[in-house]
Amino acid sequence: MRYEVVCGIETHIELATNTKIFCNCTTAFGGDPNTHCCPVCTGQPGSLPILNKKVVEYAVRAGLAVHCKINNISHMDRKNYVYPDLPKAYQISQYDEPICEHGYIDLDSGKRIGITRIHIEEDAGKLVHENGYTYVDYNRGGVPLIEIVSEPDISSPEEAKEYAEKLQLIMRYVGISDCKMQEGSMRCDVNVSLREAGTKEFGTRTETKNINSLNFIQKAMYAEIERQTDILEAGGTIVQETMRYDDVSDSVSPMREKENSDDYRYFPDPDIIRFEISQDKVEEIQGSLPELPFDKLERYITELQLPEGTAKQLFKYRRITEFFEEALAEGASIKNASNLITGTIYASMSTEEDKELFKVLISAKQFAALVKLLDEKKINVKMAQGTLQQMLESGKSAEEFIKAEDMEGISEADLTKLCEEAIAANPKAVEDVKAGKDKAINSMFGYIMKQTKGKADVKQAEAIIRELISKLS
Amino acid sequence: MREMISELSAKLHSGEMSSVELTKEYIKAIEEANPRINAYVHTTFDYALEGAEIADKLLKQGNASALCGIPMALKDNICTDGLLTTCCSKILDGFKPYYDAAVWEKLKAQGAVLLGKANMDEFAMGSTSESSCYGAPLNPRNLDHVTGGSSGGSAAAVCANMAAYALGSDTGGSVRQPASFCGIVGLKPTYGAVSRYGLIAYGSSLDQIGPLTYSVKDAAVVFDAIKGVDRRDQTSKAFDYSSILKSLNQDIKGKRIGVAEEFFEGIDPDMKTQIYEGIKLFEKNGAEIVNIKLPALKLALPVYYIIACAEASSNLGRYDGIRYGYRTDSYDSIDDMIYKTRSKGFGDEVKRRIMLGTYVLSSGYYDAYYKKAIVIREEINREFNDIFEKCDVLIAPTAPNTAFSLNFKGASPVEMYLSDICTVPINIAGIPSISVPCGKDAKGLPIGMQIIGKKFDEATILNMAYFYEQNSEDKVGIYEGGVRI
Repeated sequence: MRYEVVCGIETHIELATNTKIFCNCTTAFGGDPNTHCCPVCTGQPGSLPILNKKVVEYAVRAGLAVHCKINNISHMDRKNYVYPDLPKAYQISQYDEPICEHGYIDLDSGKRIGITRIHIEEDAGKLVHENGYTYVDYNRGGVPLIEIVSEPDISSPEEAKEYAEKLQLIMRYVGISDCKMQEGSMRCDVNVSLREAGTKEFGTRTETKNINSLNFIQKAMYAEIERQTDILEAGGTIVQETMRYDDVSDSVSPMREKENSDDYRYFPDPDIIRFEISQDKVEEIQGSLPELPFDKLERYITELQLPEGTAKQLFKYRRITEFFEEALAEGASIKNASNLITGTIYASMSTEEDKELFKVLISAKQFAALVKLLDEKKINVKMAQGTLQQMLESGKSAEEFIKAEDMEGISEADLTKLCEEAIAANPKAVEDVKAGKDKAINSMFGYIMKQTKGKADVKQAEAIIRELISKLS
Repeated sequence: MREMISELSAKLHSGEMSSVELTKEYIKAIEEANPRINAYVHTTFDYALEGAEIADKLLKQGNASALCGIPMALKDNICTDGLLTTCCSKILDGFKPYYDAAVWEKLKAQGAVLLGKANMDEFAMGSTSESSCYGAPLNPRNLDHVTGGSSGGSAAAVCANMAAYALGSDTGGSVRQPASFCGIVGLKPTYGAVSRYGLIAYGSSLDQIGPLTYSVKDAAVVFDAIKGVDRRDQTSKAFDYSSILKSLNQDIKGKRIGVAEEFFEGIDPDMKTQIYEGIKLFEKNGAEIVNIKLPALKLALPVYYIIACAEASSNLGRYDGIRYGYRTDSYDSIDDMIYKTRSKGFGDEVKRRIMLGTYVLSSGYYDAYYKKAIVIREEINREFNDIFEKCDVLIAPTAPNTAFSLNFKGASPVEMYLSDICTVPINIAGIPSISVPCGKDAKGLPIGMQIIGKKFDEATILNMAYFYEQNSEDKVGIYEGGVRI
């Protein structure tokens, strides 16, 4: 039988606010256990939550970035369940009035994945198992989260990965989170069910929780599809349960859970008054959003006429695009600026994170000044690259490394003279070129470069040499 | 009736006596009477004397507040930094918060002297204070009777001159009803008038801290000191109150007093007579009586028990033995530990309300109970709003009965809940109300009259109460015992 995959993804993203959602404790990652805590985030009797306004703004920002409708009036609910990492025995979340609804993300294929809702909630603490004891660390308790729930529009592991990747990129872009999956600031729960191809009814779904890498989303989904297919083929039925993905064995298995069914007894949290986000505020946030990544990619290709490959290398990293665009604004050429960034600058950044953080010692203005020397052919590409390298290491401007005489161009007459000397000194190479061995021409460049201390334009020299050789015959 | 706070304050300010001397008198009175009355469950005498010394310094510097150096009590559900705060529940055995409640922070800054934590129903759930894990406090007016609840210890401490005033909390009548049972004054402020930060929650949308005092003027002084917005409590409101104390002028001319027959249904005939006499006194002095209808009143009780229990079931989920308080000795897993801790740590009434609340929030029952209760709550609010278009205040009994005898066996939990009928509608609507002594019944037990007002209009109800107190015959009298200064 042929099966069709139906998948929806719930994504938890930790918001990059400085303080927690209901108190003034820091949200910094790490720290000694239970040092980023206070009566509020450890649920001490008598303590009360105060909703952090920044959290609401960030959630609205996230919603607008994926084309959601913002609910101007919203409230917080209590989700009641007992677990040692949840000090109040309820999580403050949103149930029936999420702050954002009805958004979407478009895949490269043009397929649109709907976003049902985005809501605000608090993170729980963490259990630490050591020496046969279990300890609780509440540092993470009360860190603000948003949960982004997709429609069950995803039909393959590839689409699932692409959706998550795009979501991650967009959320990083709008600056609400670093979305580091390995550190848990973005985690995905993947809901998968199968149905007979062509039928409408959903099959029973499972939820594979807390997947912490983009590749694992794809792998876990493959494993789960295979598992469900095997069961269905053997005439069995799928049990609705929570699964865990193990990357070592590349397999999914049911999580051991308590027998009682979940009844979270949601009700409005009486400690937090209903809050309003005015339309003005929403518009202000909308106005403060940067150009979104896929709009930017489109623009780089169509307006800036960047090759697609280069545009794709650039658009992912917001700080880099800002640097690039600022350099253009300073008068740098698109081609040389983009090539120097994806060449020399990228070579100095070994990880994705380095590119994400984009910590460079030079300003876009300094960079543009260098690019302009290249644009005006005062220096050649090689010299530009070498100089940029030195600039990146020192933070100094191009003038520090390029002497005035280096920038004096080589006149065509001088270059022609040098070319003639080169031809005279390399009769064998000349013969080879004549015989169609094109590479032989390279041996004549060495002389020219040496004489000009690398300033000569290789292409120009090549043209002259070819012309001179052709005249020889 | 005595203006306890202003009298003592005058003595302290004039230097006639020091706060340390006064505090020692109270300590002596507590040591003498508390073993009998059980008003205090944790005394803090060393802390009180330290506080008194600080107060004496403030008094010497001049500019000290009216409450500076005056010894008082806090209900055991109000957090005090480093001092036992147990809600009279075994599950909070040994619990010492590491922060002060907003009200205590305010009072302490004004030089208040804390004598100890007052007895109460476990987690403020009850109408007699008998569900305290430390045993019930006794009514100083008649030791065979209860103090009422849940702020029974606070009422008993004030009534028996073991504190100049006390703070209680009122979720469904827990300040007003014990005040009425003990023949003192109890004020339930508007929801949001006083910060709940540091008040251990029972029903969060209903809980409000209020003073229990000898006199209306004392209640005004204490309310003036504790009211005000607090950024740590989102439900507290920035209402611009001027000094209520200064506004007390006994001018009641032209005030429209609403009287709803529904409040008087099924109450003791002696009480009805006394309260109607009180209403007549107002009428004779220029107030206008408006007969009104409150048909939703009979729905208030079920609405109250649904909402309060629902919120309580969630609020009390945190007592799991992991972070603080009591933990069972033997267990074989974390789930077992939580289960046993809660089974042994909570008393019957608390368990009953947790179960009720869990039930009404459960999927499949939510719409029929909790959701419906919220809808009716809105309806009750509308009725009160309509009434306050026509009246300035409402007058009603504080409770349908005077103090129960101890271990009153006839009452099933539901019958006990019914005795809250006069007070719970006020919490549902979030409006202010004060209970003032209004004579005695045939057994000589005090009766309370409730004056209910508009949101944030404490000034009017206190002024009405002040008029009544000053112009009615004091039939209840003051308790002969305790501190006599």
